[in-house]
Amino acid sequence: MVNKSIDNYKVYMKINWFKYSSPQVFYPLAGKLIPWFAWLAAILALAGLYVSFMVAPTDFQQGEAYRIIFVHVPAAWMSMVIYIVMATWAGLGLALNARLSAMMAQALAPTGAIFTLLALVTGSLWGKPMWGAWWVWDARLTSELILLFLYLGFIALQSSIDDPRRADRAGALLALVGVVNVPIIYFSVKWWNTLHQGSSINMGAAPKMAATMLLGMLLMALAFWMYTVAVALMRVRCIMLERERNTDWVKELSLKTLSSQSIAGAK
Amino acid sequence: MIVLKRDLLLAFRRRSDLATTLFFFLIVSSLFPLGIGPEAAVLSSIAPGVLWVAALLAGMISLSRLFAADFSDGSLEQMLIAPQPLALLVLAKISAHWIVCGLPVVLLAPLIGLQYGLPNESLLVLVWSLLLGTPALSLIGAIGAALTLGVRGSGLLVALLVLPLYIPVLIFGAGAVAASQHGMSAQAHLSLLAACSLLSLVLAPLATAAALRISAE
Repeated sequence: MVNKSIDNYKVYMKINWFKYSSPQVFYPLAGKLIPWFAWLAAILALAGLYVSFMVAPTDFQQGEAYRIIFVHVPAAWMSMVIYIVMATWAGLGLALNARLSAMMAQALAPTGAIFTLLALVTGSLWGKPMWGAWWVWDARLTSELILLFLYLGFIALQSSIDDPRRADRAGALLALVGVVNVPIIYFSVKWWNTLHQGSSINMGAAPKMAATMLLGMLLMALAFWMYTVAVALMRVRCIMLERERNTDWVKELSLKTLSSQSIAGAK
Repeated sequence: MIVLKRDLLLAFRRRSDLATTLFFFLIVSSLFPLGIGPEAAVLSSIAPGVLWVAALLAGMISLSRLFAADFSDGSLEQMLIAPQPLALLVLAKISAHWIVCGLPVVLLAPLIGLQYGLPNESLLVLVWSLLLGTPALSLIGAIGAALTLGVRGSGLLVALLVLPLYIPVLIFGAGAVAASQHGMSAQAHLSLLAACSLLSLVLAPLATAAALRISAE
């Protein structure tokens, strides 16, 4: 009796752990989660924008132009975090041979690339009035640019391999190699920069930030997080359908959708 | 060892491949004076960067040949199922690639450095930096070559994958030569270059072997 319950418990644990790693189960769950994250993202972004435009004081040195940081800094954070998360998913997919992990990595890559681009563009928009130049070969700018190249390489490699399993694993390996290299690249660029330019503009010159400024930035960062989750889930749902189009559950799903549409059409 | 010897022999039988890499290096580094102008001061100040970028590109265009022939004639599969560890065989192939494509560039570089008006001690540093740095290029490049094996448009794809990873080597290599030009010691840069090469010597064959297994599946 006891043994049996232990066995049951074991089975229960097993199912619980890996239940959501099956696309069939994860698909509807992701569908339910998306609206939550999307609404949270919208509300947080509205709150963040309100704080950053209405509440946060004007900077006495930089005037109104500093408000770009409310988009710029969270985007730069996200660009780095997403790369690490992506590589983690990719590594999990490679180690456990889990389809869904690789799909998550693939779903995250475009969002990460977009945030990197956003950080670069907003940075250069801010740089023009502040430094008088659209682009400075500063260590952070340069390494952000290289991060964009790494994202693009990952996306290009994945999209040029037709076999999805091979694409997943090749992409995963590349993401892991990239993660090992990111700190090396960052430090090399930093030393290169300090060697070449005696005194460049100090970007870290924000000793005391008003609490409202920090609040606005944090709100925006949270909004970006929620946006990332929502978009990644949406994208992973599309990838799931595309990859699993020959399976029974996708067929059932499409039949269901078709019949409900035809009912709606008849009404 | 046998793999190394075989690859060297194959490369020697097809000497035009070797010549292509060298000529590419020569042509790229000759284009810059034509584009920028013959002022000696300008040329010698851009020389470290130009020579290193040219060496980097020369090493990169030959990467696609690293595994392609073995992949198409099936000998790569033999290596995959061979009793020897795959990483070791891969290392032998990479060494052969470096001897064929990297070493000649190292030997030719001082000649082009002379054309750019580099002083003698900088020429020496240039040779040292290339000698220490180009193995890292071959090693890191092998990962990209293995990942893109048999993929359409693999030549361009390799560039996109590998060039960002080359950046530290480029920075330290060109930095070493530039430091010696300004009368500073190039020691730190050379040590860092050697560190890059050693690190990739440990990790790159393993990653390349994993990539080959993925590609040849």
